[in-house]
Amino acid sequence: MEYEILGLPVWYYIAMVAKVLVVFVWVLLTVAYATYAERKIIGHMQVRLGPMRTGWHGLLQPIADGLKLFFKEEIIPSEASTFAFLVAPLIALVPAFISFAVIPFGSTLTFGEYKIPLQIAAYADKAGSIIDVNVGVLYILALSSLGVYGIVLAGWSSNSKYSLLGGLRASAQMISYELAAGLALITVFMVSGTLSLQKIVADQAGFGWYAWRNPFLFAAFIIFFICSLAEINRTPFDLPEAETELVSGFCTEYSSMKYAMFFMAEYANMITVCAMTVTLFLGGWHGPFTDAMPILSPFYFIAKVYTLIFTCMWIRATYPRYRYDQLMGLGWKFFLPITLVLIVGNAFWINVVGAGNWLGTLFA
Amino acid sequence: MASTEIMTVNMGPQHPSTHGVLRLVIELDGEVIQKITPHIGFLHRGIEKLSEHRTYHQIIPLTDRLDYLAPMSNNLGYVLAVEKLLGITVPERAETIRVILAELTRVKSHLVWLACHALDIGAMTVFIYAFREREKVMELYEKLSGARMTSNYFRVGGLSSELYDGFEKDVREILDTFPAYFDTYEGLLTKNTIWLQRTIGNGFISAEDAVDAGITGPALRGSGVDWDMRRDNPYSGYEKYKFVVPVGEKCDTFDRYKVRLVEMRESIKIIGQAMAALKPGPILADVPQVCYPPKDSVYNTIEGLIHHFKIASEGFPAPEGEVYQAVEAPKGELGYYLVSEGGNMPYRMRIRPPSFCNLSAIEKMAKGGMIADLVAVIGTLDIVLGDIDR
Repeated sequence: MEYEILGLPVWYYIAMVAKVLVVFVWVLLTVAYATYAERKIIGHMQVRLGPMRTGWHGLLQPIADGLKLFFKEEIIPSEASTFAFLVAPLIALVPAFISFAVIPFGSTLTFGEYKIPLQIAAYADKAGSIIDVNVGVLYILALSSLGVYGIVLAGWSSNSKYSLLGGLRASAQMISYELAAGLALITVFMVSGTLSLQKIVADQAGFGWYAWRNPFLFAAFIIFFICSLAEINRTPFDLPEAETELVSGFCTEYSSMKYAMFFMAEYANMITVCAMTVTLFLGGWHGPFTDAMPILSPFYFIAKVYTLIFTCMWIRATYPRYRYDQLMGLGWKFFLPITLVLIVGNAFWINVVGAGNWLGTLFA
Repeated sequence: MASTEIMTVNMGPQHPSTHGVLRLVIELDGEVIQKITPHIGFLHRGIEKLSEHRTYHQIIPLTDRLDYLAPMSNNLGYVLAVEKLLGITVPERAETIRVILAELTRVKSHLVWLACHALDIGAMTVFIYAFREREKVMELYEKLSGARMTSNYFRVGGLSSELYDGFEKDVREILDTFPAYFDTYEGLLTKNTIWLQRTIGNGFISAEDAVDAGITGPALRGSGVDWDMRRDNPYSGYEKYKFVVPVGEKCDTFDRYKVRLVEMRESIKIIGQAMAALKPGPILADVPQVCYPPKDSVYNTIEGLIHHFKIASEGFPAPEGEVYQAVEAPKGELGYYLVSEGGNMPYRMRIRPPSFCNLSAIEKMAKGGMIADLVAVIGTLDIVLGDIDR
């Protein structure tokens, strides 16, 4: 006896909930341990140890931090705009998490006659073809733009001059770099011909990763990653919270869990951006033997994401910070024209050489 | 045209990049700085006034607390001034050790400058690296004088104690390892595009303006003025050592950065030469009215004990007169102006601190720039508030 809801077996709904839980827990854990990893990695790069006291090699540090922040006093500045002040951290945090709904984190698992695609917002219909959000990339772009509101509102509602400056910096920076990042993505769409992340990943099978389909796509990959760093306020683009200039900028006045939410949002954004870069340019969950053993695919995906996160931390340990006007100059005068050139070059390449995996055919 | 409003921002006294308790009231148009008003005095301890009620030896520990990043240089300037007033010649060994320590202090102070300057601009790793090296000098300080920062090691007429065993080995290790560390910093910064973009052209001050403002030290030399007290007005035997005085051309933060890095390397060379010239001998001048007796005689003879007690309790009288003695401290020209009316305490002591005069140029250097530029300018001026407020 098969129960069906809206024409789909009930198992699909259970699988959906399971996927949501697994992904949410994974993101939360990664956020918590990304803070730990960042402190450890940068610590060792800077010839110190990082956290060592809480648990073995400080492994319980994120939990201790979380507890500490949880029990801290909530302080709302008396002149602050209370509603916006309270809502801002939520606006920053929620989009960072729900972006993951459309990212395919693994291949399709088959249980008997049921097929479960490892992507939250996807299912297999009765014919067995996988249906996901067909505008997945746009969805992520839209959500990452929403995150800016959290920071701008936080900066504005705190009624502090430093926070205001931080909020202004954030809005200007995120809007400018979104343009260059979006244009860099167009090169991907030119090759893939679709905005569905499921199809984009499927197209990169067999090491046909977009990052090395052609030189223009490789350049687009680099530019997209750098612009993403700017969008999520990571070093060297961490101007909105530049500690030595604006004393933490937009979150100066925040304390307790509200501060923790900004903190989590920052790391969740980093994970989202790295996951998106992996999906769009580095073959998503593809890797050796994923066709034979689909269960391997999430691990490839996670490994790739963690490699990129490590790169982010490495960059933070190495580079100084840009100045505000230099940052804007870099975005508008350098990245934007270059991405336009890349689009044209990519178009020529597709016409002359083709959109296919020519490197793969070369070695085949 | 949209109308704009000038925003007044209070930066400090509790701000991570004001290097202590400096308070700057900045008037901003957007992020562009229109006016900077420094407010100082948060660290005022009245050292000059206190000195009027201290014997000449009791003032030495006060000078440690001026520029607390370079205590030995402060000690040196003060003891030289008193020695000038008294007309005492210091034994050669003491002079050489003073040079070694003053140059180690310069390296130590410049390491803190580099660390904080880099951190202000966002390069966190250099900060930790430079502090790691500074720790070596601090350990040497501790072995030598018992204190990591407030060393109080120099005395009028020489030094407080003989070097400890193994001093030469420790200094040799610093000499051997530090140049490679300087290369590391340069590798992280000098060719780093972001660092170059942040420092080249930042904080411009022309040679004339720099001289007018009374800027001294590396900040002056970065503006192309070839002036170094160690070479142009030698003291403590600096004329015996060969070293290059680096001079910048572009008058910007990057040139001042280069000047200080070269200075650290030159200091290492000076220390090497001084170590080679170090010969056994007395470490205190043979002037019993002024100098403490050797510890051996204090502990073992009644005459020595009485001698020590007399100097420690009532000090020594200085002849009437006025002297000015300046040294090239790490931050610039550090001058002591002593007026004596013949007693065992100075009638007045005036300190000419390098940081105070250097800070006066901050508006000229940072006006029209952005907040990030101002932070870089504070870093490049290398101010210490203990020095400014005294």
